[in-house]
Amino acid sequence: MSERTSLWSDLHKKLFEKNSLILSVGILVTVSIGGIVEIAPLFYLDSTIEEVEGVRPYTPLEQLGRDIYIREGCYNCHSQMIRPLRDEVERYGHYSLAAESMYDHPFQWGSKRTGPDLARVGGKYSDEWHRDHMRAPTSVVPESIMPAYPFLETSELAFENVQANLRTLSLVGVPYEAEHLEAAVSDIETQLDPFAEDYDGFQARYPGAVMRDFDGNPDMVSELDALIAYLQVLGTMVDFSTYEAEADENLR
Amino acid sequence: MTSSQTLQRSGFDINLAAVGLITLLGALWALFAAAFAPDAAMKGQSWLILAGFLTGLLLVVGAIARGGVIVDQSEYNEDLIKAGVIASLFWGAAGLLVGVLIAFQLAFPVLNLDAFGFTSFGRLRPLHTSAVIFAFGGNVLLATSFYVVQRTSRTRIAGGVWPWFVFWGYQFFIVIAASGYLIGITQSQEYAEPEWYADLWLTIVWVAYLLIFLGTLWKRKEPHIYVANWFYLAFIITIAVLHVVNNLAVPVDFFGSRSYPVMAGVQNALTQWWYGHNAVGFFLTAGFLGIMYYFIPKRVHRPVYSYRLSIIHFWSLIFIYIWAGPHHLHYTALPEWAQTLGMTFSIMLWMPSWGGMINGLMTLSGAWDKLRTDPVVRMLVLSVAFYGMSTFEGPVMSVRAVNSLSHYTDWTVGHVHSGALGWVGFVSFGALYCLVPWLWKKKGMFSKALVDWHFWIATFGILLYITSMWVAGIMQGLMWRAYNELGFLEYSFVETVEAMHISYIIRAVGGVLYLAGALIMIYNVYRTIKGDVTETDEAVVPQPALAE
Amino acid sequence: MYEILASFAQTWGMLLFVTLFLGALTYALWPKNQERFDKAANAPLNESDSPADAAASED
Repeated sequence: MSERTSLWSDLHKKLFEKNSLILSVGILVTVSIGGIVEIAPLFYLDSTIEEVEGVRPYTPLEQLGRDIYIREGCYNCHSQMIRPLRDEVERYGHYSLAAESMYDHPFQWGSKRTGPDLARVGGKYSDEWHRDHMRAPTSVVPESIMPAYPFLETSELAFENVQANLRTLSLVGVPYEAEHLEAAVSDIETQLDPFAEDYDGFQARYPGAVMRDFDGNPDMVSELDALIAYLQVLGTMVDFSTYEAEADENLR
Repeated sequence: MTSSQTLQRSGFDINLAAVGLITLLGALWALFAAAFAPDAAMKGQSWLILAGFLTGLLLVVGAIARGGVIVDQSEYNEDLIKAGVIASLFWGAAGLLVGVLIAFQLAFPVLNLDAFGFTSFGRLRPLHTSAVIFAFGGNVLLATSFYVVQRTSRTRIAGGVWPWFVFWGYQFFIVIAASGYLIGITQSQEYAEPEWYADLWLTIVWVAYLLIFLGTLWKRKEPHIYVANWFYLAFIITIAVLHVVNNLAVPVDFFGSRSYPVMAGVQNALTQWWYGHNAVGFFLTAGFLGIMYYFIPKRVHRPVYSYRLSIIHFWSLIFIYIWAGPHHLHYTALPEWAQTLGMTFSIMLWMPSWGGMINGLMTLSGAWDKLRTDPVVRMLVLSVAFYGMSTFEGPVMSVRAVNSLSHYTDWTVGHVHSGALGWVGFVSFGALYCLVPWLWKKKGMFSKALVDWHFWIATFGILLYITSMWVAGIMQGLMWRAYNELGFLEYSFVETVEAMHISYIIRAVGGVLYLAGALIMIYNVYRTIKGDVTETDEAVVPQPALAE
Repeated sequence: MYEILASFAQTWGMLLFVTLFLGALTYALWPKNQERFDKAANAPLNESDSPADAAASED
């Protein structure tokens, strides 16, 4: 017992032991400077993110598809960031804008292209192609080394709680309004049905969102539905026939 | 004072009570999660978490029954370090094994065994990176830092039961994170994949780690804090800051696994790579430099070449490193001023890095013959050489023009591995080869020849790995930007994938060799601990008495 | 905003960093510190197998 008390009194005596404290504070200050100078301005410099028309929050189905994309670790092999280099723009399309990922919690820019960039994969292939590709990638790209994801089309999408997901996202800054949250669960099924009753309401909430049964199986809301819905919206929100990248306000 | 037969124990004190309370609260949370988790993944994992906390609670009760943990001030706590050594070896083998598996998956995709997804590349790759960096590297750092801080402060580690809490809490974090990846729990930020509850747990463990480390320094019996401890302290403090800021997230449900990060898009990207690059800078560099500054002098019986240089090395390294992150985001939607800043500091970083390398290598001056006679010294020296090589390659790759070619390719993967396998791996192995005979009180390792075999097999493995990745990366980068005479892109994407097949096989073979080296080491350590030592390790000869 | 930050970085910011660097350099190269550093550098080589508390009682 005496040992313990002496340990504690020792600690108290040296709680502000000079050298180790100077060292700790010195380290903290030294390593803080760089981070603060680089990161903090991004939050309030207007020029960080361009003002672009068309970027909207994801539909509940797309957002859940995005969660599956994250769950399966797609970012390990696919980037979503086209650099303004000639070959990339020709291969993948217009270079990526900061605004295009401003509702991406978390971002999926990636760091490695074992597979191609997916920033503008939306609309590039048909739903059928994606279905075949997920079932067996080599059936559409014989040399592919991508794993197959056959279980996606047989797994029911868990979406009873999607409202909570959207609410959390609105807490961190995604502009979902009360009506988005209220309709969250029903919007999943609405998006899968091009003749849905609430067609107009859905389009008002998510302008331009594609509505169809993505996995080709109308009897079931599958994880594949969500994933393809997400892939098909990637890079399609901004209309690059009207966007002027070289305009003064867009130069950074 | 105390006789060494009856070691003093803490009794049931406030520390044990606090640890017990933490495990109890954790177990309660897990129980609620088992009942109310909204997602299937968490429902499954909560039982594992519950089991972990209950085990912890049992350990606490066991410790109380034995009269508390040993807190005898007349002895260093070496059991803790022994545990850290064994954990390092275990996680090292596991992490390398997964690495070999995913390397073969890229060459032969059928190995993804993809019917259910548990073993596909996308889920196993984070398992590999977390296992080698945080499980293997982290345990090496825990073990060596606890050893070094006790020895150089000439006092037993502070905090009663808390060092054990840190050790087991850290293993528990690894298990939660790793099992989560397999069932699809991830927040997808590279090297920060664990979800919010695992992050929160690590934060608790890490704060305890910091306080133990500082507490030991506070009661040191040496006037000066040895420089190795500076590096360990910088590692602990900075990782705490990085971890907390980069993992700011709002959980969807208090009992669910999913969360969404507070930041989005470009801000999220820069914060992530500020974190990612400094995980390299402070976890894989500063921490392991602490190892270099203690174990190389100790092994060759020479003080560090220049203590003054080590101080300049320290402050310039930690100051400059923190700025370098944006070089991961060249040509992206990150504003250009930030990219330029990142590039500039990355190039400046070359200076302190090489200052440190020179300091480590020159410590051998006057003892160069040990390179020939002691394979452990050879391992430590080659690790410092690899440190020099990858800290030269890094600044080159951070130049925008070079980066436009290297980014997104396997060149980056090769670069990381020359640092990870060459520097981090070898300096860790070297330190562990020192520690095992020291801790288990043996004359030396079971077999010096096996250390030699480990050295050569692993070195050959690294060479295969990095050369194949240079070829693959540069080739793919060039193929992506190749045009034919008509002005069209020459290759489709999948043609570049096909072209890398051979490189991927060579890389996987390199990985197998490196793993083989580690397994040889585990066997060697096992025989050493068992007591089959026949050779005397020259570095462990009793030291001459201190001249008064 | 950008201009304010940039001009600060190029004047006071730089001056601050230079001062910090000179401070570290001075501390490391201060002649009086040499003896302390020599002692510290030898610390790992002079340690014993038990903490100072125990060593004191053994002597």
